[in-house]
Amino acid sequence: MKVLKYIIVGFVFGIVLTKSEAVSWYRIYEMFQFQSFHMYGIISVAILTGIVGIQLIKRNDIKDIDGAPIEIPNKENGNYRYWIGGIIFGLGWGLVGSCPGPIFILLGAGFYSIIVVLAGAMIGTFIYGVVRDKLPH
Amino acid sequence: MILQNLIECNKWHIAVYKTNLSLYSKIINMNVFFQTWPWYISGFIIGLIMLSLLYFGKSFGMSSNLRSMCAMIGAGNKVSFFDFDWKSQRWNLVVVVGAILGGFVAVNFMSDPSNVTINPKTIDALAQLGLDAPNGQLMPSLLFGNDNFLTLKNLAILLAGGILVGFGARYAGGCTSGHAISGLSNLQLPSLKAVIGFFIGGLIMVHLLFPLIF
Repeated sequence: MKVLKYIIVGFVFGIVLTKSEAVSWYRIYEMFQFQSFHMYGIISVAILTGIVGIQLIKRNDIKDIDGAPIEIPNKENGNYRYWIGGIIFGLGWGLVGSCPGPIFILLGAGFYSIIVVLAGAMIGTFIYGVVRDKLPH
Repeated sequence: MILQNLIECNKWHIAVYKTNLSLYSKIINMNVFFQTWPWYISGFIIGLIMLSLLYFGKSFGMSSNLRSMCAMIGAGNKVSFFDFDWKSQRWNLVVVVGAILGGFVAVNFMSDPSNVTINPKTIDALAQLGLDAPNGQLMPSLLFGNDNFLTLKNLAILLAGGILVGFGARYAGGCTSGHAISGLSNLQLPSLKAVIGFFIGGLIMVHLLFPLIF
């Protein structure tokens, strides 16, 4: 059961992102061309749902499945890492049209080419680990 | 007697009509299921996914799996950033397994030729870049197709894109799920900076660099 709930969450995530076509390179390209509301709608509604849910959790002190308080850590303050890291991520997102979640989902969808993207993403993560101490955060 | 029969008959007709109607609406519903899911339903479910992980005492973020996977294959021996207890993140790798299964099922059993109906203007812009229209497919086959991606140029694009995504996500401390969905839902200013960065990067790529690359 412990493992099953994560499989189910991932499974639903994979189906929704595929059926909403958020995993589609075309949809990302269309989004950056401002030629469709579709992706903006998905992201906005997801965030609105999240804002309402998190406010409900905080105001009602809702406990998690084990009865412990739900703590959502704040992101660290900073500028360089968010702006520079964000822009670098965006360049990749625009080019291959897939962020890390869709990379895994598209693997299941049967695109062998995504293995190259995944390998690149792991190499990129590794490079960050190597040069991390030299970067401004 | 005849009248009674007629009434019975009429009732039966109405019953049949109702059954047909419900069957018919079920067929329509199935079609809706196979078509592109609307943004308001998809966005809502994605929000619920993030919230359900909070309820499980975890947090929603996909790119941290890339760090775990680097650690899994032994990167921790060389680089301290990967020398962490990745086994504590196994739950997230299970989410990844679920996502892969979800992608498989959605593409193989829930697809329809009407999928990925993008703006005709977008298709024109793609044609100018020399990329094919969707025709129901998620990815342009000239770049991602199993028969086409093994060219030097395509491999370079896919690998470079992956490196930018992996490096940028870790540098920024999260990706679309960690910053755009989780972070903005929790009204985090750093996440807003990162998400604006995502869009600046994406716009530079698509509008300034695509004409040079394709």
